[in-house]
Amino acid sequence: MRIALFITCVNDLAFPATGIAVTRILRRLGHTVDFPADQTCCGQMHANTGYRAEAMPMVRNYVDVFDSYDAIVAPSGSCTAMIRDQYPHLHPPATSVAARTYELSELLVDVLGVTDVGAEFRETVTYHPTCHGLRMLRLGDRPLTLLRQVRGIKLVELGDAEECCGFGGTFALKNPDVSTAMLTDKCARVRDTGARVLAAADNSCLAHIGGGLDRHRSGVRAVHYAEILAETGATS
Amino acid sequence: MSRPVAPATGSGRIRTPLPFPTAAKPAVADTQLRANLHRATRTIRAKRARVVDEVPDWEALRDAGAAIKADVQRRLPELLEQFEASATAAGATVHWARDAAEACRIVVALTQAAGADEVVKVKSMATQEIELNEALEAAGIAAYETDLAELIVQLGDDTPSHILVPAIHYNRAQIREIFQRRMADAPADLSDEPAALAEAARAHLRRRFLSARVAVSGANFAVADTGTLVVVESEGNGRMCLTLPETLISVVGVEKLLPTFTDLEVFLQLLPRSSTGERMNPYTSMWTGVTPGDGPQDVHVVLVDNGRSAVLADPVGRPALSCIRCSACLNVCPVYERAGGHAYGSVYPGPIGAILSPQLTGVADNASLPYASTLCGACYDVCPVKINIPEILVHLRQQAPHPPAERAAMRVLSWVMRSPRRWAAALRLARVGAGPLGAYRERRTGARTLRRLPWPASAWTRSRDLPLPAPQTFREWWGKQ
Repeated sequence: MRIALFITCVNDLAFPATGIAVTRILRRLGHTVDFPADQTCCGQMHANTGYRAEAMPMVRNYVDVFDSYDAIVAPSGSCTAMIRDQYPHLHPPATSVAARTYELSELLVDVLGVTDVGAEFRETVTYHPTCHGLRMLRLGDRPLTLLRQVRGIKLVELGDAEECCGFGGTFALKNPDVSTAMLTDKCARVRDTGARVLAAADNSCLAHIGGGLDRHRSGVRAVHYAEILAETGATS
Repeated sequence: MSRPVAPATGSGRIRTPLPFPTAAKPAVADTQLRANLHRATRTIRAKRARVVDEVPDWEALRDAGAAIKADVQRRLPELLEQFEASATAAGATVHWARDAAEACRIVVALTQAAGADEVVKVKSMATQEIELNEALEAAGIAAYETDLAELIVQLGDDTPSHILVPAIHYNRAQIREIFQRRMADAPADLSDEPAALAEAARAHLRRRFLSARVAVSGANFAVADTGTLVVVESEGNGRMCLTLPETLISVVGVEKLLPTFTDLEVFLQLLPRSSTGERMNPYTSMWTGVTPGDGPQDVHVVLVDNGRSAVLADPVGRPALSCIRCSACLNVCPVYERAGGHAYGSVYPGPIGAILSPQLTGVADNASLPYASTLCGACYDVCPVKINIPEILVHLRQQAPHPPAERAAMRVLSWVMRSPRRWAAALRLARVGAGPLGAYRERRTGARTLRRLPWPASAWTRSRDLPLPAPQTFREWWGKQ
């Protein structure tokens, strides 16, 4: 199977560790991963902020870059939801490649049939299901199924887990007061758990929640769950 | 042949006087309001979840509700004429109103013709939308709200902040204070026990019911094949208004039509469970024109467009007209919970308001509302008629006027991101450009983050640290493999 990695624009620039983690997990499981260098952005920010025309060149570029692969994996629930939910309406030729685009936990659990990726991570972790993964992709407990198999991990439940963190893309900038009020509550629920690590499937939401946790010097680290799945306990 | 006319936009209390972010600011800072809304929305959310979970065919019911409403929208003109014929045959008089002002003029004229200088009112979103109370007052007619929460809001000189629970922003101590200040016949030793507050309102309203000659209501449903109107309520005060006075005037949005009486089967299951979290609401009143010797003998129906034809003309936005005003979307919305209903500047707050108000007025007049959402999708999950609110929000954002600076930035970014070569160069430039700053921040604080930036980035850094580009982009790491 030819698996391509759609790293996403935000991860490429600010969170390369997540893409590195995805690469390591898939290689460890014996798969070959390709990173087509011509990839850019899925266009979600433009489309969801009201600039659909400006998003279209990115949509077409995605089809050009990824159409030849059997499976495309993205470490982002939100970008995957943009591709799977919106692409077929925006650009019908994208329908096929959109259906072959998976969020990491979907690829691992549904396509590759793996729940134990051989990881070890000795920390207390709480998991926040980000909205687009939860309610658009219906990821369900796939990420948690993967995390439960990690050796040494202690998973603790997050209160009001399914409530939005208040990021919402440009919402965070256009409605800073409401966004901050939602963030404050989310950070409080995270701190209530006593976990030292907050995991989620979207680095954009994590930049928001993690940015809030850092601002209050909570000592809680926000990481993409792929980075936990990539850990083997061995010194790299 | 008549020439097609572009549908008119709506008027009334459906426009934001202030942009949503500005209007939300005081609400977010009001800790009492936040606590009231937090408690109330979570209580009702849990009740709804319990009674919805026990219905095995809930998803099929939602599909049926959505399908019936879509059918109504496809043949609305035909159904409206059928309703008019059925209601007229049953003894009602049907009036047509293009907008809020026309609807108000009709109700005022009917009240004056009945020789009344006061009306009792059943809780009604449509009459709030058209600002009927203000129009009646201007004509020297006193309008008395009889729904308990509407009464609280009216006595407090306030406006509703929730579709179902207009006084959700008050707690019981605040309600006691309003009653003592504004309800002349309230007991001097009124406590803030819910039963005592309800009893004071009951005694106060009973006198109104017995003296009123005209009642004004809305309707939850208007049945085309029978001409029947339906009001669904909890308190029984609506039933008093609908049965005691001689004249009954019902203001009904044109989207409230249902094709047949049996369609009520679906909606009377969907509505109470979604709204109050009850299996069945205590009072469901239905009336078909005039029944000689029983109830109002002078029955009028005012069918209001007020922008609805414009909504109907947009195939993507049209499902907003399926709304049955249950308010389940408000109760699960994390934005509504923090901002409160008044921030939406319309009688229709919350997620449904964010897609309905801008469509009724034209998006340019309510441009901030489609952005008053994180697109988290919780509203879509609970909607009993499956309105894809996030999809319509994104659709309306395409039509909203964009700030020039934002538009310029978005265009530049799109120009960069549409070209793999330019994007790769931009990533390199950002990484190299931020390199020294990132290294400096890492030495000083142990993290490659910024804590304070000037406007407009301050909207982010006021509450969150901002990550800087990593020392090596992913594609640089990949290239070294």
